[in-house]
Amino acid sequence: MIPGSFEYHRPQTVDEAVGLLAQHGDDARVVAGGHSLIPMMKLRMAVLDHLIDLQAIDGLSGVSDNGDSLVIGAMTTQNELIADPVLAAKCPIIAETALQIADPQVRYCGTIGGNVANGDPGNDMPALMQALDAAYVAQGPDGTREIAARSFYEAAYFTELGENEIITAVRVPTPAAGHGYAYEKQKRKIGDYATAAAAVLLTMSAGTCAWAAIALTNVGDTPLYAEDATAALVGSSVDKAAVDRAVALAEGLTNPAADARGPADYRTKLAGIMVRRAIARALERAA
Amino acid sequence: MGKHHVKMTVNGSAVEALAEPRMLLIHFLREQLNLTGPHIGCDTSHCGACTVDLDGKSVKSCTLFVAQADGAEIRTIEGMAGPGGSLHVLQEMFREHHGLQCGFCTPGMITRAYRLLQENPDPSEEEIRFGISGNLCRCTGYQNIVKAIRAAADQINAAKEAAE
Repeated sequence: MIPGSFEYHRPQTVDEAVGLLAQHGDDARVVAGGHSLIPMMKLRMAVLDHLIDLQAIDGLSGVSDNGDSLVIGAMTTQNELIADPVLAAKCPIIAETALQIADPQVRYCGTIGGNVANGDPGNDMPALMQALDAAYVAQGPDGTREIAARSFYEAAYFTELGENEIITAVRVPTPAAGHGYAYEKQKRKIGDYATAAAAVLLTMSAGTCAWAAIALTNVGDTPLYAEDATAALVGSSVDKAAVDRAVALAEGLTNPAADARGPADYRTKLAGIMVRRAIARALERAA
Repeated sequence: MGKHHVKMTVNGSAVEALAEPRMLLIHFLREQLNLTGPHIGCDTSHCGACTVDLDGKSVKSCTLFVAQADGAEIRTIEGMAGPGGSLHVLQEMFREHHGLQCGFCTPGMITRAYRLLQENPDPSEEEIRFGISGNLCRCTGYQNIVKAIRAAADQINAAKEAAE
């Protein structure tokens, strides 16, 4: 499969990349790892005249610890997330999730910025970023702004990102030390998108859940932050009654497509099972 | 939309060429450089038959434009054997342990296994299986591929120890 012709650009700075986007408008797309965009170009479902490759821009990769937040460069690959010692110590759910994305070759190329920016409801990082209450740092012609992951996704492939903006980093509020976490993903095979998946984070204090966050992958048009399910856990001892309530509320939020991964009601129930398993594992891990 | 001037190092040799940016790396390697070891299997970044080593990463060359690889250092299966054609230990072990039947996936498997062993010289069976999960084989059932990679790891490690 051969994509249509395009002109290739390799800007050296974000300003230069934003300038190219402004100049070419709808006819241009940026590419990071390319493992979402290039298959679409090969199928000619994505047709563009200008491809703006971000690989040569310095400063878009790596993780920095700013104390109350972790800032992850948008071009940091899934493989780099898995190997990062700061994330391993402060926010291990990111590596746990990255390990469940695609396969080794794709993880060498795929980036966190591309994963969150694309707006594909099958991508795993968006729901995780909603659970972590992360913000995306977007740079455009008018400067830089932060967009909360929880309000970024409008519909499948439609996001708050302006057409001349580029995500340069993801800012994750550092979860409390001793937090419990789990990303549970059911998939048909390695490399597949989730049939359903759930991210759960929580902290326990004297047997009571002091803070929690639950979000769901690929059971709706967008990633889903399960606010009511989260509220059902906070203040409880995470006993069976509280977990049952959280699972029911999370299931109620879903609106999955019926596709080759299964009928809609099956995927709704599976999302509930992912939430239940993730809560159990997060609880085991919480200090 | 002119051609793009690309320079890269492929199997240790400097390569310069003019190529349309939309040309995929796999087509560039096979059709312009006559390196037909990397295969086109699924053409949809699932099967791993087109895997090459690019700047120390295993990548599927069907999902990368040649323009993106401008400046890269690339190794294909053709670059695995030593000077004079002596087989790489991974190639030897694939032969020894029947790690291939039809051979279609083998260039990608060996190129991927090479990078896996660079990063993890002593992998468990589970780590090998996870490490080659981006490479599909429809003949062997993977059993002998895993054995061959494990045997290659043993040989490389024994040679390293002997040298120390």
